[in-house]
Amino acid sequence: MQFARVACLRLLTTLITLIGVAVIVFIVVRVVPGNPIAMMLPPGATDADIERLKALYGLDKSIPQQFLIWFANVLHGDFGTSITTRQPVLGLVLGRLPATLELSIMALVMAVLLGGTLAVLGTRLRRTRAEAGIDIANGIGMSVPDFLWGLLLIVLFGVLWPVFQISGRVTPRLELPFTSQFYLFESILRLRFDLTRDLIGHMFMPALALALPLAAIIAQLLKQSLKETVNLDYAVLARTKGYPETSVILAEALPNAVLPTLTLIGVQFTFLIGGTVIVERLFSYEGLGNMAIDAVINRDLPLIQGIVILFALLFTLVNLAVDMTYAFLNPRLRHA
Amino acid sequence: MLDGRGAVKRRAGARLWLSGLWLALVVLAAVFAPLVSPQDPLAQDLMLGRLPPFWMPDHEPGFWLGTDSLGRDVLTRMIYGARVALVVALSAGVATCLIGTALGLVAGFYRGWADRIIGRLVDIWMAFPPVLFAILLIAVLGTGLSSVVIAIVVIDWTRFCRVVRAETLNQSQMDYVHSARVAGFTRLRTLVAEILPNVLPVIVALLTLEMGIAVIVEAILSFVNLSVSTDAPTWGGMIAEGRTSIYQAWWVLAFPLAALFLTVLSFAQFGEGLRDRFDPVLR
Amino acid sequence: MSAFLEIRNLSARLRDTGERVLRSVSLEVPVGAVQGLVGESGAGKSMIGRAVLGVLPKAVEIVEGEILLEGRDLLKAKPSERRRLIGTRTALIPQDPLTALNPSRRIGPQITDRLVDILGWEKARATARAAEILAEVDIPQPERVMRLYPHELSGGMRQRILIASAFAAEPKLIVADEPTTALDVTVQKQILHLISQMQARHGTALLFVTHDLGVVAKICDSLSVLYAGKVVEETTVQKFFAAPQHPYSAALLAATPRHTDAGASLEPVPRAVLDAVSAEIAADDASWRRHG
Repeated sequence: MQFARVACLRLLTTLITLIGVAVIVFIVVRVVPGNPIAMMLPPGATDADIERLKALYGLDKSIPQQFLIWFANVLHGDFGTSITTRQPVLGLVLGRLPATLELSIMALVMAVLLGGTLAVLGTRLRRTRAEAGIDIANGIGMSVPDFLWGLLLIVLFGVLWPVFQISGRVTPRLELPFTSQFYLFESILRLRFDLTRDLIGHMFMPALALALPLAAIIAQLLKQSLKETVNLDYAVLARTKGYPETSVILAEALPNAVLPTLTLIGVQFTFLIGGTVIVERLFSYEGLGNMAIDAVINRDLPLIQGIVILFALLFTLVNLAVDMTYAFLNPRLRHA
Repeated sequence: MLDGRGAVKRRAGARLWLSGLWLALVVLAAVFAPLVSPQDPLAQDLMLGRLPPFWMPDHEPGFWLGTDSLGRDVLTRMIYGARVALVVALSAGVATCLIGTALGLVAGFYRGWADRIIGRLVDIWMAFPPVLFAILLIAVLGTGLSSVVIAIVVIDWTRFCRVVRAETLNQSQMDYVHSARVAGFTRLRTLVAEILPNVLPVIVALLTLEMGIAVIVEAILSFVNLSVSTDAPTWGGMIAEGRTSIYQAWWVLAFPLAALFLTVLSFAQFGEGLRDRFDPVLR
Repeated sequence: MSAFLEIRNLSARLRDTGERVLRSVSLEVPVGAVQGLVGESGAGKSMIGRAVLGVLPKAVEIVEGEILLEGRDLLKAKPSERRRLIGTRTALIPQDPLTALNPSRRIGPQITDRLVDILGWEKARATARAAEILAEVDIPQPERVMRLYPHELSGGMRQRILIASAFAAEPKLIVADEPTTALDVTVQKQILHLISQMQARHGTALLFVTHDLGVVAKICDSLSVLYAGKVVEETTVQKFFAAPQHPYSAALLAATPRHTDAGASLEPVPRAVLDAVSAEIAADDASWRRHG
């Protein structure tokens, strides 16, 4: 029952982290200058109107009281009402979440494919100039963040060679038959590959911008562990069986070399999701991050709180999922 | 004869020199901005709007890299933009380093409840999307240079704290630390005189990395119009402006982007290069 | 009598420093014979085995010579052709059973992979063959063992599996690279006996790399003695143990405990003998440099 105890402890710390996030964001948001109430009132509103609105949004109580009320509501799934749109925060946030999730997952897939390919290629070509070239590319990929890659892609593919869309999530005039916000997923399920192509055409640039730094990190770490693994006895034995080098790397070395990379991908994936905030802004992609920046600019306190909590939840869930995958993939842990 | 280690060393050297050269150029541009700039960074002239760079037709002499939609000289604003970038890089980088390192040393060396509290704080911080957090802080603090610096320190102290804590923990278990304690050194003296010098190479590499990150964060904040001020020349602000007119005047985006790109890359590579050179273990 | 494997004048050196690690090595392994390859660690004996199988470390390069397998020069063959020849005709019994099985793959596929991928067998036939050969090396419940992961088995079991895997495809030549060195003394004997028994039953030629003359006496027909990458003596086992010709061989023999009288005192290889051999090799190097 060691496992159950560890799992419980993990869950408890996750919960503490989430509550910590809630407290901090609540405090920060309460000190925002600029009166959001004032922006909502028609000209000529009386003091009584202001008080009424304050009471409506619970702004007339002390901050600890406000927090407890808000937190109790959150536990019931009530994140309050957006000040700018006057719609429930939960609905707004969940409406945008799929767009961000699709973008993040696509970026993750691209990073893994690109990074994995580079790692295998670098291992295959070890001790050559090509490997040195891959190392330099990795160094650059890692040092430059997603924001700059996004801008660079806009200049390169948006202007010089316009093959991809650099704005929005989908071509505006298209009629969308979707019932959920998971456009990409649903377009595949409905076999509407024309729409899939349009969605991917829009998603490709922001996803690539998010993917490049992670791809470089994956490539470097995976290559390092692959190079340690390809000279182990079982890899040498596989070569004597007549397998070519690439098969040895893929079939023998890769399964044993991925574990450290996997843990890293978990942590880095949360950074990638965090990066969607600015990258979505850059590409006018209608996701959670873009909404978050609008919310900050409009001083929409309940919406900001909701979005930050959702991001924090996403991060902690990703970390939890990675730990579980790690335990599952390692045969020695699985059988212990 | 190909010597593996020699090749690595040569590459690390080239990396150090190239990045150092670019950073020196940026520093010089920032310090001597009024002397080397061909134009006034704030001077607008709508008649001279969206002039192309010097090798294209219709360019105007004196406006080497073209002008933006308000007729402001791109090269001049880039040179002045280096000032904001460097001030933010230095102040935010050093402040983040000091606070993060102090907390990391305390957590890693004294362990106990201090470590638990700091560790919990780091966990909470890691659950925030950093860019959103920075934007939120600027909304709270108001725009301006000091707000930008404070926002960077608040969101990024964990980077130093995590690494320094792990490294301190490592060093604390080494024999030399035990012998220093046995020799009767106080804990504080052991920490400062014995452990800190060994953690220093990592801190230096992180510090230059952090400077690059600070430049980026400032650019991001400028991009969403929340940095110094909308009128002041910053690379991020120029990029935001260039993004809107990208099809009409790509150069407004491309040149400050190139400067930002090289600066961020150089900070990171310079740090790596320094660590390779000065890390007593690697050397 | 035709040699299945013939090595002629094989020389190799380290890529980085140019230091020679093999000096014009020549040896033959006739069909079905057991050839010992003896020397101290660092003498280059494992290097020869690895060169035959095409798995030299990247740091080592072959500068001249021929490795003929059934009369075809492996060093001149195209890489794909060389892999096919090695994969279909030869096999390796590795030194350390703890590291020679892939920890993340089940036992079964690690035996059948060559049969299916390289020899083109059907999967069912390969699985049946694996079970059969595992039974032959006294693995109880072969079907169950094939579903296990390496870490669920003991070192001795794993070495049996590696031996079975080597014989599974009926290769003509097996390179055994110190196959007992990493094992407990008690298990060593059994494994040696097993290899000898399997070799006799399948008529496989064996290139047996070892530092242990006692092992050579038990299993080999003839042997080559290596010192600093040079074959100093090549002879039959009988002749060698009766009267070693080279002073180094004689000294090596004197330094080896007889398995019959375990308590006998050992004499280290005398300094003078080592100096003489070194001088011989230096002279050889000089002449090699003049011609090469």
